[in-house]
Order: sequence, then structure tokens, then C-alpha cells
Amino acid sequence: MKIVVLIKQVPDTTEVKLDPRTGTLIREGVPSIINPEDKNALEEALKLKEQMGAQVIVLSMGPPQAEDALREALAMGADEAILLTDRAFAGADTWATATTLGLALKKIGDFDLVLAGRQAIDGDTAQVGPQVAEYLKIPQITYVRELVVEDGKVRAKRAIEDGYEEIEAKLPALLTITKEANTPRYPHAGAIMNAYRERKVTFWGVKDVDANPEQVGLQGSPTQVKRSFSPPPKEPGQIIKSGPAEAAKELVAILRQKNII
Amino acid sequence: MDFTFPKEYELLRRMIREFAEKEVAPLAEEIDRDERVPFEIIKKAAKLGLMGVPFPQKYGGAGAGEIGYCILMEEMNKVCGSTATIIGAHTGIGAMAIYLDGTEEQKQKYLVPLARGEKIAAFALTEPNAGSDAAAIQTRAIRDGNYFILNGSKLWITNGDIADVISVLAVTDPALGARGGVTAFIVEKDFPGFKVGRREEKMGIRGSPTAELFFEDCRVPAENVLGQFGAGFLTFMKTLDVGRISLAAGCLGAAQQALKMSMEFAKSRYQFGAPIAAKQAIQWMIADMAIEIEALRSLVYRTAWMMDSGNMGREFSTMAAMCKVFGSEVACRAADMAVQIHGGMGYMKKYPIERMYRDVRITRIFEGTNEIQREIIARNLFRNIGLRLR
Ligand SMILES: Cc1cc2nc3c(=O)[nH]c(=O)nc-3n(C[C@H](O)[C@H](O)[C@H](O)COP(=O)(O)OP(=O)(O)OC[C@H]3O[C@@H](n4cnc5c(N)ncnc54)[C@H](O)[C@@H]3O)c2cc1C
Ligand SMILES: Cc1cc2nc3c(=O)[nH]c(=O)nc-3n(C[C@H](O)[C@H](O)[C@H](O)COP(=O)(O)OP(=O)(O)OC[C@H]3O[C@@H](n4cnc5c(N)ncnc54)[C@H](O)[C@@H]3O)c2cc1C
Repeated sequence: MKIVVLIKQVPDTTEVKLDPRTGTLIREGVPSIINPEDKNALEEALKLKEQMGAQVIVLSMGPPQAEDALREALAMGADEAILLTDRAFAGADTWATATTLGLALKKIGDFDLVLAGRQAIDGDTAQVGPQVAEYLKIPQITYVRELVVEDGKVRAKRAIEDGYEEIEAKLPALLTITKEANTPRYPHAGAIMNAYRERKVTFWGVKDVDANPEQVGLQGSPTQVKRSFSPPPKEPGQIIKSGPAEAAKELVAILRQKNII
Repeated sequence: MDFTFPKEYELLRRMIREFAEKEVAPLAEEIDRDERVPFEIIKKAAKLGLMGVPFPQKYGGAGAGEIGYCILMEEMNKVCGSTATIIGAHTGIGAMAIYLDGTEEQKQKYLVPLARGEKIAAFALTEPNAGSDAAAIQTRAIRDGNYFILNGSKLWITNGDIADVISVLAVTDPALGARGGVTAFIVEKDFPGFKVGRREEKMGIRGSPTAELFFEDCRVPAENVLGQFGAGFLTFMKTLDVGRISLAAGCLGAAQQALKMSMEFAKSRYQFGAPIAAKQAIQWMIADMAIEIEALRSLVYRTAWMMDSGNMGREFSTMAAMCKVFGSEVACRAADMAVQIHGGMGYMKKYPIERMYRDVRITRIFEGTNEIQREIIARNLFRNIGLRLR
């Protein structure tokens, strides 16, 4: 079995602080990590590898430093790593990202399973997984928290608002994995050393995936960001400190004055 | 010159920090209170290669060298002095002696399972009448055919009663003493005549077991002589040199944690209508801690780098002693200032500063007291200008 896991490198948002003056993110010195739910996707792949034998390939599109995310995936146990990196890929929206990943998956070929994280903690759209499946015209199961592969099929429990659905799909299929699925393993200290000293990351550019420059990057992105802004800060609340009877009266008066009641 | 850590070390640190914070920190208070050896942590650490970080992979280690091992000790000692001490005695001195001077067969037989954490090591030098004066040891080893018969006892041996494999120093020729008359041995806990005594109750690092060892006609095969016959003192001193770097790395971790907790506290504790961080008296303590921490970091990793570069001569030995003295004193000063900054809170058991204050105190005593280290440093320096002091 051949499993491809889609990995995105993201800033560790738990370490991101807001500049209190400008309200913008302070990105400086913020470490980059593997998108957390992509680690859950990788863990599922590694579990399958242990259970039934599989080749696990990790695939990412991103700037050259995304290599570190792939090396971490190698340390966790992935067999092969491919980084899609090219100036022409820059500025991609989710559509162009999915197209690029889809092209790479076609080039990798004869995969049985594609696993993605449910959602990236920075972009947050949860679109890329489903878009890749659509691009490849393969079945997709999103929000997966449990899965079994058997007889050329995958059976998965998919979280919905008030429970879960059990869905079966023919392979090859794409699944997006949620954090409830598992606890990702720690990489072994020796495997960490080897991931940098011995292992290889393959770099692919536009030409390697036979992309038409108009399909990818900014050019291939139908959505354009017009303006980004942070929501205005909430005004401080008001605390009424008098006793209960008094406070109730005051509260009613204020609500009336604001035409709320 | 380049002072950045290669990327593999950054990832190693991130993994270890996560492991320490998630798997070790939540147990640290209880480990200390109940004087409990955290076997479940040792087991998990072993699975991740953390019981043999410095050793080459062909001997079951992680192949991360002394630098990688210092990273482990730094991160582990931030959260639990007991766990760090167990790993220190196991990896940093017990197994290290076999790595430094063991034969290829000894490494295959003993170092491999130790580095994988399948077995636990200890390092047994100290005796009731031989503390700082290590050359005064009295444990005797007498040859009997293909065996040596050991008689004597060892005191305050970390991991002594949980170890499977113990590096032991014994006298083989009383006339020669430390110069040719002392030999190191690898002793297995199941060798006939080996016994462990009671576990000590201690001020700090209470989860790291400290025990007395007894050798009563203990039969050790001659192939278990560690290093050259008669040169055991050198093997042990060389091992202690190396152990001192990682001990200091642990101190670096403790000092950083003390600083971090102090800063958070000084920011959130209000007195006289302002955070106590606004007071110069507090600021100076914070600044002093930060200065010493940065100086210590440079010293520790430079010395670790010397070792990884194969430079283990007299200068290395001097530097390692400096690491030991400076590291332990920086950690003790930082813990002391942290208690002061925390006021009454710093004295309370429910706050980790109190535990750290007790845990770091040992670092000025074991693996050679600071007085002895200063003596080593000065002797080495004088020797550089032709004066031999004894
Ligand atoms: C309107 C719009 C405009 C944008 N414009 C730009 C721009 O100009 N410049 C720019 O840099 N970014 C831009 N982005 C961001 C970029 O397109 C997204 O970050 C990227 O497409 C991934 O989407 P996401 O972060 O929402 O991931 P999600 O869809 O939430 O991710 C789901 C899963 O898909 C997989 N995945 C996602 N991205 C990758 C990847 N790169 N490699 C491998 N696997 C992946 C992972 O498994 C991940 O868990 C834009 C996004 C939008 C919505
Ligand atoms: C918790 C703990 C764990 C330990 N673990 C181990 C272990 O795993 N293996 C092991 O072999 N040992 C271990 N030890 C023993 C430790 O290494 C010794 O305690 C240490 O070397 C000091 O010896 P001592 O206690 O006999 O002190 P002493 O040598 O009696 O020293 C007492 C005081 O006199 C000072 N002093 C002595 N000689 C001189 C001198 N020449 N000049 C100036 N001052 C001097 C000392 O610095 C000290 O202040 C451990 C000890 C403890 C407390």
C-alpha cells in the first residue's frame, strides 16, 4: 500500500503574540511546526504501515524552509519526503494549492490513500483536502477520527455535530483526519539525527510536476485578498456594584435607555 | 565561528521539551514527595532513545554526542531534578565509563542494552572513607584464576539499588595506589557476592535512588576489567570529566526555569500598586540570573563541542571542572534568588521553586565537590607554566 500524507508547515500559533500597539501578529522568532492535524494524519499512516505494511510519502508545498517539517515527518517514520517549492507556486490560494498538490500526486502515481489534516491552524479554511480529492476525482471522507483499510476499501468514522457517520469508500480515496483520531508519536532521538544527517528530501518545481504556470501560484488563484483587518477591540464592559435590588433597577434603566427592552 | 545549533539539535530539543513538559513535569511533585523512582518515565524515555543520547547508533545510542546529551539534561532538569539525576548517573557516568574505555566486546555486551535503556547503569567510586580523596578507596580486588574477587563497600551510589550494570573502582595493588594499583570493573547485579544496602533519605533529588553497595567475595570475570588493568583511576577521572559537562547542562536548565518562574511571578505579583518587577531590587536579581545563564550556556556547549570534536586533553578537563563549579553555583544562586523573589510563595511546598531549591543543592557536592574542582582547575593552570602541585 502507498499512502501520501499532505503536510503543511505553519507558524506555531500558540507562540504567536499580538503587538498590543498595532494589533498585528508578531511573527518574529515564532517557531514553525507541522500543522497539528497533519501530525494526526501522519500518525494514522504510520499506524497502517505498522499494521499492514505501507510506504508512507509525505508531500508539502511551501517555501524552502518547509523542508524542516518534512524532516520531522521523516524522523517520525515517513519513508519518503517531497517538497514542492518554486517561486511560481507562491501566492497560491486554496484552489491553486490543491491543484499543485494534485499534480504532484498524479506524478507520484498509484497511491492507495491520501491523508490530510482536517484544517490548517493558520489558513483555517479546511478546503485543501476536499479540493485535492475533487481535482483527482477520487472519493473523500472528511473529519475522520477512526479508519480501517480492508479489501481495497476504507471504512471511516466521520465526526458530525451530534455523533458520527460510518462511511465506506473504494481506494484510492482521500481522508481528512481530526485531532481526536490519535496522539501523534514522539520521534526517536536517533531518528531525529538521521532525518538530518542521512535522509533525503526531494525538491520538485513547476517543471517537475508538469504544471502550467497559469494553473499555480498567484496566477492560478481565483481568490484575491482585497483587504485584511483586525476586528475593532471590544469596549470594556460595565460592572454594576450596588446591591441586588438596586443593581436590577439600574440594569433595567440602562437597557431601556439603549432601547434593548 | 558559528554559535547556532544545527537543525537536528533544534528538533531534538523540541521533542525533549515536549516530552519533559507532558510526560515528566506532571509527576515531578509526587516523585519528590513520595521518594518514588519514576520507572514509567524511564521506560518511555528508553523507547525514544533518551537513555543513550550521546552514544553512537552502532552501540544502541541516538548518536547525538555530548551536545545532544547536554540538551537532554538541560530540558529534563527544568522540570524534574530526580529524573535528570537518574539519567545522569546512568548515561553520563555509569554507561559513559564503558563507552570511553570498554573493549568492543564489552560495548556490545553492556553498552548496547544500557544505551537502549533496557538496562540501568550506576557508577561506584565513593566509599565511607574515600569521598573527595578518591585515591583512598579500600575496596579490594584479588585475582583468582579467570576471576577477580571483590571485597568492600561503596557509599551513596546513585541508581545503586536499581542498576543492572555497575562500573566499580577497586584496589588491585595497594603498594601502587592510584598510580597503577587501582582497576575498574564492570559488575552485574547478579554476580554472586554483590548486595545492595538501604536507600538513603535525602534533602533533594528524592526520587533518584541513592544506595550503599556491598561486595562480599563478589566474583567478577577477568574479562570484565574495564580499561587497562591498574589504570582504573584514569578511567574514572576521565569519565567524571565528561559527566561534569552534562551536570552543568542540568544546572543551566534549572537556572533558566528559576528565571522564567521569577519573571512570571514578578510580572503578576502586585505590591504598592505596581508589579514587583518595577522594583530595582527585583530587576537586579533578574538581570544577574540572566547574565550568569548566558555565560553558563556558552561554557557548557563550548566544552561539549570540544568533546564531540575529539579534543579531550588537559584543557578539556579544566573546562569541564569550570562547567561543574560555575554551573552548580549559578543554579544555586538562581534558585535562591527565585525563592527570594517569590517571597512566602517560594517557601511553600505547593510551588515548584521550593523543590528546585532543594534539588539543585547537591550539584555543588557530588561528582567532585566544588572545592576539589577549583583545586583541579588551579593545578592544571599551574602545570601549564611548569609547576606541578600535588
Ligand atoms: C482567499 C485566499 C487567498 C490567499 N492568498 C495567499 C497568498 O497570496 N499568499 C500566500 O502565501 N497564501 C495565500 N493564501 C493562503 C493559502 O492559500 C493557504 O494557506 C493554503 O492554500 C492552505 O489552506 P489552509 O491554510 O486553509 O489549509 P486547510 O485547507 O485548512 O488545510 C487542510 C489540510 O490540507 C493540507 N494542506 C494545506 N496546505 C498544504 C500545503 N501547502 N502543502 C501540503 N498540504 C497542505 C494539509 O494536510 C492540511 O491539514 C490564501 C488563502 C485564501 C483563502
Ligand atoms: C545524593 C548523592 C549522590 C551521589 N552519587 C554518587 C554516585 O553515583 N557515585 C559515587 O561514586 N559517589 C556518589 N556520591 C558521593 C559524592 O561524590 C561525594 O559525596 C563527594 O565526592 C564528596 O565526598 P564526601 O561526601 O565524602 O565529602 P568529603 O570529601 O568528606 O568533603 C567534606 C568537605 O571537605 C571539603 N574538602 C575535602 N577535601 C578537600 C580538599 N582537598 N581541599 C578543600 N576542601 C576539601 C569538601 O569540599 C567538602 O566541603 C553521591 C553523593 C550524594 C550526596
